[in-house]
Amino acid sequence: MMLEVKDLEVNYGMINAIRGVSFHVEQGEIVALIGANGAGKTTILHTVSGLIPAAAGSISFEGTDVRKTPGNKLVSLGMAHVPEGRRVFAQMSVLQNLKLGAYTRKDKAEADETLEMIYTHFPRLKERRSQLAGTLSGGEQQMLAMGRALMSKPKLILMDEPSMGLSPLLVKEVFHIIEFCHEQGITILLVEQNARMALGIADRAYVLEVGSINMEGNAKELLESEEIKKAYLGG
Amino acid sequence: MLNFLNTIINGISLGSIYAIIALGYTMVYGIAKMLNFAHGDVIMVGGYLVYTGMISWGFNPLLAILFACIGCTMLGILTERVAYKPLRGASSNLAVLITAIGVSYFLQNISLLIFTANPKSFTSVITWEGISLADGQLKIQGITIVTIVAGIVVLLALQLFIKRTKAGQAMLAVSEDKGAATLMGIDVNKTISLTFAIGSGLAAIAGALLCSAYPVLTPYTGAMPGIKAFVAAVLGGIGSIPGAMLGGLLLGVAETLSKRYISTQLADAIVFAILIVMLLVRPAGLLGKKLQEKV
Ligand SMILES: Nc1ncnc2c1ncn2[C@@H]1O[C@H](COP(=O)(O)OP(=O)(O)O)[C@@H](O)[C@H]1O
Ligand SMILES: [Mg+2]
Repeated sequence: MMLEVKDLEVNYGMINAIRGVSFHVEQGEIVALIGANGAGKTTILHTVSGLIPAAAGSISFEGTDVRKTPGNKLVSLGMAHVPEGRRVFAQMSVLQNLKLGAYTRKDKAEADETLEMIYTHFPRLKERRSQLAGTLSGGEQQMLAMGRALMSKPKLILMDEPSMGLSPLLVKEVFHIIEFCHEQGITILLVEQNARMALGIADRAYVLEVGSINMEGNAKELLESEEIKKAYLGG
Repeated sequence: MLNFLNTIINGISLGSIYAIIALGYTMVYGIAKMLNFAHGDVIMVGGYLVYTGMISWGFNPLLAILFACIGCTMLGILTERVAYKPLRGASSNLAVLITAIGVSYFLQNISLLIFTANPKSFTSVITWEGISLADGQLKIQGITIVTIVAGIVVLLALQLFIKRTKAGQAMLAVSEDKGAATLMGIDVNKTISLTFAIGSGLAAIAGALLCSAYPVLTPYTGAMPGIKAFVAAVLGGIGSIPGAMLGGLLLGVAETLSKRYISTQLADAIVFAILIVMLLVRPAGLLGKKLQEKV
């Protein structure tokens, strides 16, 4: 099992944002986590990657309990996180951003190989490698955020709304990149408000509603479900 | 004319000291997002450490400076760990600011206890006489030249460190976005600690240079240069390393020019007037980024 979350509780001060959420991701899967704005998707990802503490429950990554592991230590274990809003380092160049992605890697030659691989697949990042990341377009920044995550040579990538704010054409491109990551053997936990696209690419999915999971199952079946159609796919 | 040139050179030298102090202010602000008002007092501690090394223990000047650097670096790491780190993430920035003022008084009073209020006359770390130009009409002291060179070396070394090393890149990343930096595998706490270490080590160097140029050392020696270096950092654009350098130099030259041609008493007032005008005209400072960052 790549990732297993059990009975997770997360609080912001007095606010109980996540109320007993359990889910798992198998090696090689793409699992989607969908839900309305404010349901708690980002909170779950932040807790899994150690940016905010869990109040209760367990998080295990490849069988090891990582609930108390500091976020920066998870990277070398093989977990990467493409955060909501991209959060590239705007004042640094594209290349510097990518190199920071490989911050925990010891073998420089191997990291250079990954960089070449990324440049081959994202020629636009190569063209703009000395440009400040803040000057890139939204789509390019998303590409950079994903490339930066790939630089750590992860086993699992958590992606938080990678299609947010992008034009339909760019959304398609972003989903191609997700497929590309998957073809590299990387397991993916995908958070999306674009439920149609997410369910289209995923193997399984969980539906989150105000801090709890209220539906789960095969992604294609959920795509056909009346309830999902009504609530998340616009009829 | 030679007089004017001499004043400018002295100004650049004083400015280099401000700049080295301002670098510590600006780096800590850029990375930990706090104003470390105790930074000036670390200069004073550095001065006393050099003094103790040279006078009491008979170290040669270089060894004394090294000793002071190590001492101040440890002091910087320790104050961050004990006083500031527990407040990180606290709801109010005011708490950290007040703590820094507390640390400042603490350092002054500890020095008062150990070294008393009697001024110590500092022996310059530089014994070189300096150079004499234009048939002896323009004399430049050794300490003046060494200070300017030290300022340049510090700036270049720091730029190289930040651009070329992993730790330097981690500093830039932390200064922009601590969460995203964590996701890269960067240990944010260690990076902040390192920043305090470098800033405090530089303060020790500034202390040695300052006390060599103005050889009276008391527990309050660091306070005024500390505040002026803060002004320099804001002037240049707080958070910007070249800005701190530029701000420091401008301030040093403005101060010596005012002292020479306007009034010794008014010089400090002029320095602060420059800050106020600057804040009105260009709130982000000379080389600062626009203040659009999240609060
Ligand atoms: N830093 C925070 N402090 C307090 N409440 C927060 C914070 N971040 C998110 N929340 C609240 O937690 C809930 C879940 O938010 P979030 O995880 O961002 O949802 P989603 O990603 O599904 O849109 C929301 O009600 C939101 O208002
Ligand atoms: Mg979200």
